[in-house]
Amino acid sequence: MSPAVVTAMQLGLQNCEVCGLLSRPPPGEEEGRCPRCDETLEFRKPRSLERTWAYLIGAAICYIPANLLPVLTTTTAAGADSDTILQGVVLLWSPTGWPLSLIVLIASIMIPSAKILALAYLLITVQRGSVKNNEQRIRLYRMVKFIGRWSMVDVFVDTFTAALVQLQPLMSVEPGPGLFFFAAVVVLTMLAVESFDPRLIWDSVSAREVRDA
Amino acid sequence: MTRVHASFHNEPLSDGSLVACLHCDLLQRLPDLAPGGSARCTRCDKELWRRREDSLNRTLALSLAAAVLYVIANSVPMLGLSVVGRQAFTTVLGGAEHLWEDGRQMVAALVFLTAVLAPAAQIGFMLGIVLAARRERPPRWVGTLLRHHPTASTWSMIEVMLLGVLVALVKIADYATVIPGVALFVLGALVFLLAGIQASFDPREVWDRIEWAESARQAGAADQLAEATS
Repeated sequence: MSPAVVTAMQLGLQNCEVCGLLSRPPPGEEEGRCPRCDETLEFRKPRSLERTWAYLIGAAICYIPANLLPVLTTTTAAGADSDTILQGVVLLWSPTGWPLSLIVLIASIMIPSAKILALAYLLITVQRGSVKNNEQRIRLYRMVKFIGRWSMVDVFVDTFTAALVQLQPLMSVEPGPGLFFFAAVVVLTMLAVESFDPRLIWDSVSAREVRDA
Repeated sequence: MTRVHASFHNEPLSDGSLVACLHCDLLQRLPDLAPGGSARCTRCDKELWRRREDSLNRTLALSLAAAVLYVIANSVPMLGLSVVGRQAFTTVLGGAEHLWEDGRQMVAALVFLTAVLAPAAQIGFMLGIVLAARRERPPRWVGTLLRHHPTASTWSMIEVMLLGVLVALVKIADYATVIPGVALFVLGALVFLLAGIQASFDPREVWDRIEWAESARQAGAADQLAEATS
């Protein structure tokens, strides 16, 4: 077999994530500094799986109150009315308003849950040393990374609705306790993506090719 | 737990065209690209390098325009409403401020970070980078800006905020007359400028010319030696 696939780690080289320079640590050392940009270098992000799991579990826990607690409370002369994210989607649904309702449904409910499931899938397959579907898994990682920020839409919707609708005593809108947990889900899943090292997806297949060669 | 980081620098490779893919660690050789050309990883298809045409000048022009629009967007009203003779307006900052006063400090801080602070850093860092990178040998602090620019971009969410504001606008339109403010249109233009900056800047070009950390340290050590012996 031809040794076509060689990774930097297999040759003892470290790639700088900041400036992209390849360099060689002194013999026997696992950690060095990039000679160009001074970044601390390791072969893989340190404790990537543990840190990603920690953020992800935190996000999954916050996901429950984020969906059960109200994100907005509307007070009118007739009384106060609290809405969760899902109730907000339903309220927005009308013959003319349905595209926006769909945006909020996708950004606030589907994306966060899909993100948590996708990251868990990536973590589990890496931990099991899977060598299958690498192309699909790296594409999934990139999609999660690209799409994650859009979950913030609902935070902005609620922020500016509350800031604007202050027409006491006619009507006022205040943010609810669910907003904090929802924002926490967005931030924690973004941190989880940042701490995941996509090179881990390929490490099992690289190791297998060396063994077979 | 504090980690003690290595104090020594790695040894660079003599062959500068050898790179590893950031997404799969595959070693490969970068071809010499024509301006506008791009190279992708042969294993995972990640873009390794895209050489931009006239990168520094274009990025500078776009960054200057973005800085002007940013200042305008944050100093004029973004959204207003009018109902039974009463009017109310809010700015970008006003949204975060109202949340803070309502006792949602954490969410207010997040809105401030993603809608005000990170975009400012994203534009400011880029201006610093392209201005200093015009020198023959860009100074070391350009590297610091280059390193933090991607973080600022990750947390800068102008385009997401704009979508959120549009949804809020339609929601409120059900029971009040909404008045789109000047900032709304300025922010719309800013989204395109930020995308343009992303599409015209080539970090590799700047990294290739920057002063190395290692040589800076050696120069510093040489200075100290010279001082000690004089």
